[in-house]
Amino acid sequence: MLYDFPLKPPEASTLSVEWDYLYYFLTALTIFFSGLIFAAVFYFAVKYRRREKDEVPPQNEGNLMLELTWTIIPSLICVFIFVWSAHIFMRASSPPAHATEIFVVGKQWMWKVQHPEGPREINQLHVPVNEPVRLTMTSEDVIHDFGIPAFRVKRDVVPGMYSTEWFEATKTGQYHLFCDQFCGMGHSSMVGTIFVMSHEDYSHWLSSQLNTKPMFASGELLYTQLGCNTCHTPDGKPGVPPLAGLYGSEVKLQNGKTLTADDAYLRESILGPEAIVGYPPTMPTYQGQLNEEEVLQLIAYVKSLGPPGERKATKQ
Amino acid sequence: MSTVAVEVTPTLPEVHYLNADYGWRSWLFTTDHKRIAWLYLFAITGFFAVGGLMATLMRLNLIEPQGLLMEPASYNKLFTAHGLIMIFFFLAPSIPTVLGNFLIPIMIGARDVAFPKLNLLSWYIFMLAGSVFMFSVIRGGVDTGWTLYTPLSTTYANGHVMSAAMGIFISGFSSILTGLNFMVTIHKMRAPGMTWFRLPLFIWALYATSVIFILAMPVIAITLALIALERVFHVGIFDPALGGDPILFQHLFWFFGHPEVYILILPSMGVMSELVAAGCRKRVFGYSFVAFSSVAIAAISFMVWGHHMFLSGQSLYAGFVFSALSFAVAIPSAIKVFNWTATMHKGSVSYDAPMLYAIGFIGLFTIGGLTGLFLASLGTDVHLHDTYFVVAHFHYVMVGGAIMGYLGGLHLWWPKMTGKLYPEAWARFACLLIFAGFNLTFGPQFILGYLGMPRRYDVYPPEFQVLNVMSSAGASILAVGYLIPLIYFTWSAFKGPIAGPNPWGAKGLEWTIPSPPPTNNFDETPIVTEEAYAYGPEEAHVG
Repeated sequence: MLYDFPLKPPEASTLSVEWDYLYYFLTALTIFFSGLIFAAVFYFAVKYRRREKDEVPPQNEGNLMLELTWTIIPSLICVFIFVWSAHIFMRASSPPAHATEIFVVGKQWMWKVQHPEGPREINQLHVPVNEPVRLTMTSEDVIHDFGIPAFRVKRDVVPGMYSTEWFEATKTGQYHLFCDQFCGMGHSSMVGTIFVMSHEDYSHWLSSQLNTKPMFASGELLYTQLGCNTCHTPDGKPGVPPLAGLYGSEVKLQNGKTLTADDAYLRESILGPEAIVGYPPTMPTYQGQLNEEEVLQLIAYVKSLGPPGERKATKQ
Repeated sequence: MSTVAVEVTPTLPEVHYLNADYGWRSWLFTTDHKRIAWLYLFAITGFFAVGGLMATLMRLNLIEPQGLLMEPASYNKLFTAHGLIMIFFFLAPSIPTVLGNFLIPIMIGARDVAFPKLNLLSWYIFMLAGSVFMFSVIRGGVDTGWTLYTPLSTTYANGHVMSAAMGIFISGFSSILTGLNFMVTIHKMRAPGMTWFRLPLFIWALYATSVIFILAMPVIAITLALIALERVFHVGIFDPALGGDPILFQHLFWFFGHPEVYILILPSMGVMSELVAAGCRKRVFGYSFVAFSSVAIAAISFMVWGHHMFLSGQSLYAGFVFSALSFAVAIPSAIKVFNWTATMHKGSVSYDAPMLYAIGFIGLFTIGGLTGLFLASLGTDVHLHDTYFVVAHFHYVMVGGAIMGYLGGLHLWWPKMTGKLYPEAWARFACLLIFAGFNLTFGPQFILGYLGMPRRYDVYPPEFQVLNVMSSAGASILAVGYLIPLIYFTWSAFKGPIAGPNPWGAKGLEWTIPSPPPTNNFDETPIVTEEAYAYGPEEAHVG
């Protein structure tokens, strides 16, 4: 059994290396200070052990310099750790702009993954090595958490909002995926495998998948099936926001504030249009009629209509 | 069995609080704080046994990667009930209601707490709460985790969430009344001469705890009421499908929840100061630093709740603030550890069980506290959050800290509570067994967490098995360690050698009165003329 007895998780992402340095530092600090305290306690316990039943030792009120020393030194160490760890957290929370985007929907008790190119997976995630990957995640029901120990990343997957997580895998192989937020009966079975593949293998894998309709195309199909096109016509109608060029643009709300039309804005607008105050509430809500994957497909479609200024040719 | 050499035959007082009255009415309708302490002791020992049995079953299940004993549904109910019972029905009441009830009036030179009838009412409310909660467990239990995260608890969980929540809701009132009672007692009932800076540090710690009881418990009550509104009446508060916000629940829950963990550890820190002072026959080093660190912990504990939510979707900048404040709360705890250690310097260190527990506490709490830094720091939390590392960390603080302190206190004051001694050799043996078993149980869990094993899993990948088996083996040692004191304490209550008023040669008002004390504690109100822990040979006795 000992042959399979790791004491360290695989180090398979750019973050994991940096993360481990901080972890080693904190471990060393823990060992040092515990060692210091243990040594003092043992030394005092032996040296000053009670030798006579009634002995009373000389008394001592305390020492201000000592108190200040052991207040200030730990405080400075804490400031140092805080800065270092905040830096790592910033990095873990800021995906690079050019990252490959993949979509994850958590559902009791499985992970559903959609690649923009079309392939879908359940409880598996295939990613290319040495490329930053950004996951946009949401949940159909309760809070889940998408954790990959080998990459030292983890983030709650919360219903009603999008959360993001990113990593850049550095070693090909298979790694554990765990749901880390207790999500009900099947929590411990909400696990999966991350496949890190070389660039060629990944392209091959993408093209070998049966469902190759890209996400935006599925979104376009929904757009017509749900009758979105009756109001949101390609040329635009008065009082109806045009979809082309909407994604990433600045939206002015009725209360004067401006918002960037990002994934969260679009999701909110599709599911609960009354919540977005920019337009009169004529659009019906699609809450309950669309699942989260379909919402993501619709967003992909809107996104495919191009960022402001450069309307892309989107049809295949 | 007994190995204690009894010195010149101390005798029991003829009339004391235990034999002043007989019959079940004299116990169930008592307003004597010392008897109420016993009522609590029996109740929480029962809850500890139930919660401990659940932990044992979980550790047994985790011997096999595929689960040795049970279905996931049962496992989930076990860890939920284990957490809720240990936190609300054992740890929170443990030191305050048993040792606090017994000692606060005696230590400050009073005849009882400020509101003796309210004190009894607290116990009845506690028992009602416990019964309602156990009803939900027996009916089938709850599978939400002790944190009751929404929308799982409000919309998706099928268990008996409402009756469990009702039990916790009710228990809060018991804690609030106890906190109120203690605060008023400490303010108004101190004997002449017992100034704030002559108070034993145990009193300072329990005062800080009482403040948290009064401020934090209403928040959990409100939060549970909101859960009921959403679960029963479908008012959208937390569930996004109803228009609510699931993160709001976490803010409310942890605004209560983090102060709550200081409710669990602060009293134990208070006991620690007493154990170290009595065990070294020395004034606690840096008395005022230890006293004010309790107050600082109570204050800062209300501002660190967001460190449970770094990955929940709360804003990045909120994360920075909560991380910085969490480091700030570590400092007063460190100050306490340094001062206890310094107290041993040039002391007269005894190897009796209470001091062994104190030494054990220092060791385990140091590890528990330092590993807390891993979780307070934003970067490392990204990987360690919700893994066994967290489980190990809080068990080092809660079991290694809070329970070691509770047991140490029980050993120190047992002779006062019963007038009897326990077998010292057995007590030392049990303490060592608990220390060893504890480390074997929870030490490997730090590594499991680093490897990424999530908490609340009934099954796990096979490469985690060796460490899990080690942990389960440790748990069995720990269980034996807890059973031994139960046996010798029971034996001691009936057959133990007579202790005399001050078997430890310790200072403090409680050691100036007979063991067991008379019902009214002091025949004459004591007049205090010296500081706490006045061990110096030249100093006058209290009188």
